[in-house]
Amino acid sequence: MSTLTEAPPPLASAAPAKKPPRRRGRLTPYWLLLPGILWLVVFFALPMVYQASTSVQTGSLEEGYKVTWHLATYWDALAEYWPQFLRSVLYAAAATVLCLLLGYPLAYLIAFRAGRWRNLIMILVIAPFFTSFLIRTLAWKTILADNSPVVHTLNTLHVLDLTSALGWTAGDRVLATPLAVVCGLTYNFLPFMILPLYTSLERIDGRLHEAAGDLYARPWTTFRKVTFPLSMPGVVSGTLLTFIPAAGDYVNAELLGSTDTRMIGNVIQTQFLRILDYPTAAALSFILMAAILAMVTLYIRRSGTEDLV
Amino acid sequence: MEQYEPDRPSPAHVAAVRRSFRGGRAALTRRSLLRASAGGALAVGGLGALSACGIPAATKTQGGVSADDHSAKEKVLNFSNWPEYIDVDDKTKRHPTLDAFAKRTGIQVKYTEDINDNDEFFGKIQPELAAGHDTGRDLIILTDWLAARMIRLGYVQKLDPSNLPHAFANLSDQFRAPDWDPGRAYSYPWQGISTVIAYNKKALDGIEVKSVSDLLDNPKLKGRVGFLTEMRDSIGMTMLDMGKDPAKFTDDDFDAVVARIQKAVDKGQIRRFTGNDYTSDLTKGDFAACIAWGGDIVQLQADNPDVGYLIPDSGYMTSTDNMLVPNKARHKTNAERLIDYFYEPEPAAQLAAYVNYVSPVADVKPYLAKIDKDAANNPLILPDKAMAARSHGFRALTQAEETAYQQKFSKLTGA
Repeated sequence: MSTLTEAPPPLASAAPAKKPPRRRGRLTPYWLLLPGILWLVVFFALPMVYQASTSVQTGSLEEGYKVTWHLATYWDALAEYWPQFLRSVLYAAAATVLCLLLGYPLAYLIAFRAGRWRNLIMILVIAPFFTSFLIRTLAWKTILADNSPVVHTLNTLHVLDLTSALGWTAGDRVLATPLAVVCGLTYNFLPFMILPLYTSLERIDGRLHEAAGDLYARPWTTFRKVTFPLSMPGVVSGTLLTFIPAAGDYVNAELLGSTDTRMIGNVIQTQFLRILDYPTAAALSFILMAAILAMVTLYIRRSGTEDLV
Repeated sequence: MEQYEPDRPSPAHVAAVRRSFRGGRAALTRRSLLRASAGGALAVGGLGALSACGIPAATKTQGGVSADDHSAKEKVLNFSNWPEYIDVDDKTKRHPTLDAFAKRTGIQVKYTEDINDNDEFFGKIQPELAAGHDTGRDLIILTDWLAARMIRLGYVQKLDPSNLPHAFANLSDQFRAPDWDPGRAYSYPWQGISTVIAYNKKALDGIEVKSVSDLLDNPKLKGRVGFLTEMRDSIGMTMLDMGKDPAKFTDDDFDAVVARIQKAVDKGQIRRFTGNDYTSDLTKGDFAACIAWGGDIVQLQADNPDVGYLIPDSGYMTSTDNMLVPNKARHKTNAERLIDYFYEPEPAAQLAAYVNYVSPVADVKPYLAKIDKDAANNPLILPDKAMAARSHGFRALTQAEETAYQQKFSKLTGA
C-alpha cells in the first residue's frame, strides 16, 4: 500500500515534462500512415466485408436480402460457371505469354539499344493510355472487321484456315472469336508488361555484359546466364500486372468476343446488374479472387524472386 | 446531314457508339462495373449488410411517397435523361424546346444526361429510394420494363391528371394502356421504340431476309447475324415469328423461344448479342442482318445508303421510354408541367424531328411535316395505322418471372 501511494509523485512530476514530446515522436509515423490506412479501410477492407456478407445472403429485391450463411451459393456458382472461369484463366494466360514474347524484346531494345530514341519509344509505349480503354478496344473492331485488309490478307495467306482448325477462329473471320479476345487482351495490357521489364533491364550494369564477353560467353549465353536472371523481378511483376487484370477483364470479351468467349467478368456483370442476383455475383467475385491469389502465390514461390520490380 | 466519308465513322455511328459506351441502352463500361462493384456493393449490398446484416426490402407504398412540393416557390426542375435524347441547337448547344418551356413558365430545367443504362441506373438510385430519400431528380426517363418495376416497388409518384390536359388528350392510342400502368397513372411515354430487322444491303449480297426465321436458320448468314442483349426485344421478335403473343405467353412458350435461339447460337449462326453498338457492326457489314431499334436506323440511313430495314409479316415489338417522377421529388408539379408541355404538338414535333424515335403524340404529323417532310412520312418515326396495328408489347413480368427469364436469357448470351 505504502509503495503504491508513494510511487505516483515522482511519476506525476516526470510525466508532463518528458512524455508528450516522446509520444508525439512515436506517433508521427502512424499519423502519416493514417490517410493511406483510411483509404485502404474505406475502399478495400469495407467493400470486401460487404461483398463477403452479400455472398452468404439469400432473398430477393422485393423481400430484401438477409444473411443466412447459405454457402451453397459458392458451390452452385462454381458448378454453373466453371467453363467461364477456366476460359478466363486460359485467355489471361495466353495474353500474358504473348505480352511477354512481344514485350521483352521491346523492353530490351529500349533499355540497351535505343540510345537517343529511348524517350520517344517510351512515349509511344505509353501513348495509348492517353485515349480511353474502350476507344482502343473499339479500334480493334475496325482493324479486325470482316472486310478489313488485315483479315483479307490472313485469308489470302490461309492463316485463318490453320487457326480455325485449332479452334481459335471461326470460318474466315477473326472478330467474335477467341483469337480476337486474346489479341485485345494482349494489346490492352502490353504496356503493363513492358514498363516493369524495362525498369528491371535498365538497372542492369552494362559492364556485366562486357565481363560476360571477356569470359568468352556468346551473346545468347550472356542473355541466358546474365541478363535474363537479372530481369526476373521485372518478368514476375510484368506477368502479374498483366495476368491479374486480364483474368477479370470483361470489356474485350464483350466487344471482340461472341457467346462462346464470355469470361467470368461478363458473368459477374450480368449477375449483378441484369439478373440482380447479388449473392451469386459476390460469390463469383470471391471465387475469382481466391483463384487468382492461389495461382499468384504459387507462381511467386516457384519463380523464387524476393522483390518485385 | 454531314457527308458520309467511308474512312471516318459517320456522325450517327459515332453518336451511337458514344451513346452505347458512355453509353447506350445496354451499355457496358469499365466504369460501370467499377461503379457497380464499388458504389453498388458498398451502398446496395453494403451498409445495410454490415449493420443490419442484409439488403433492405424495397418499400411497397402504393402511389409513391411525395415530399412537400416546392414547385410554387422554386421554379426549377431536375430532369435526368439519356444522352442525345433531346433536340440540340447545333450552334448554341442549347435545347430549344426546354428554352421555350422556361420562357413560357419561368421554370428553369436543369437537364442532365446521366442515364446510360437501365440496369445501371436502377442500381444507382435503388438504395436511395429504398431508404426513402430524395434522389435529387424530379423527372427521370426509363424503359417500360424498368418503369413497371419502379411502379411495382412503389418508387414513383402518382401523377396529377389535372396538370396533364394535353398529355391526356394527345397520347397515341398505341401507348394508352400498357398492362403495367393502365390509364397512365404514373408514367407518360417520352418516345416510343420500334424493334425491327435491319440489314446491310452490301453484306447481304442478294440473300433474301424476310423474317426472324431467316436470321436464325439461313446458313448463308452463319456468323453474320446480330441479336440484342435487351431480352424483351430478342425474345419478343422470335416469339412473334413462332406465332406466339408476347403480350400473353407462358413459361413453356418462353422456354420454347429460348430453345429456338439456343439452336442458332450452337450452330454459330448468331455472331453476338449487342447493345447499341450493333450499329457499328451493321455499317461495317460484320452483321449482314440484325434485330435493331427504329430510331437508330433512321439516323444510320441518313449516312449510309446500304442500311435498310424491314418489318416481318409476323409483326414487330414496340416499347417506350417513360417519364416518371421518383419518390420525394421536390418539384412534382413542375415535372408534370414539363410532361404536359411535350404533349403539345409543336414541342413534340421539334423533339421527334431531332431524335428520330417514335413520337407518342397523336396528330403530330402536320407539325412535323413543317419541320421535316421526310421525317413526317417515315413510318419509323410516325407509324401509320397499318404498321401500328402490327406492333406488339411485351407483357409485364413478376419479379420472380423476371429473375428466372433473365437467368435463362443470359445463359443464351453466354453468361
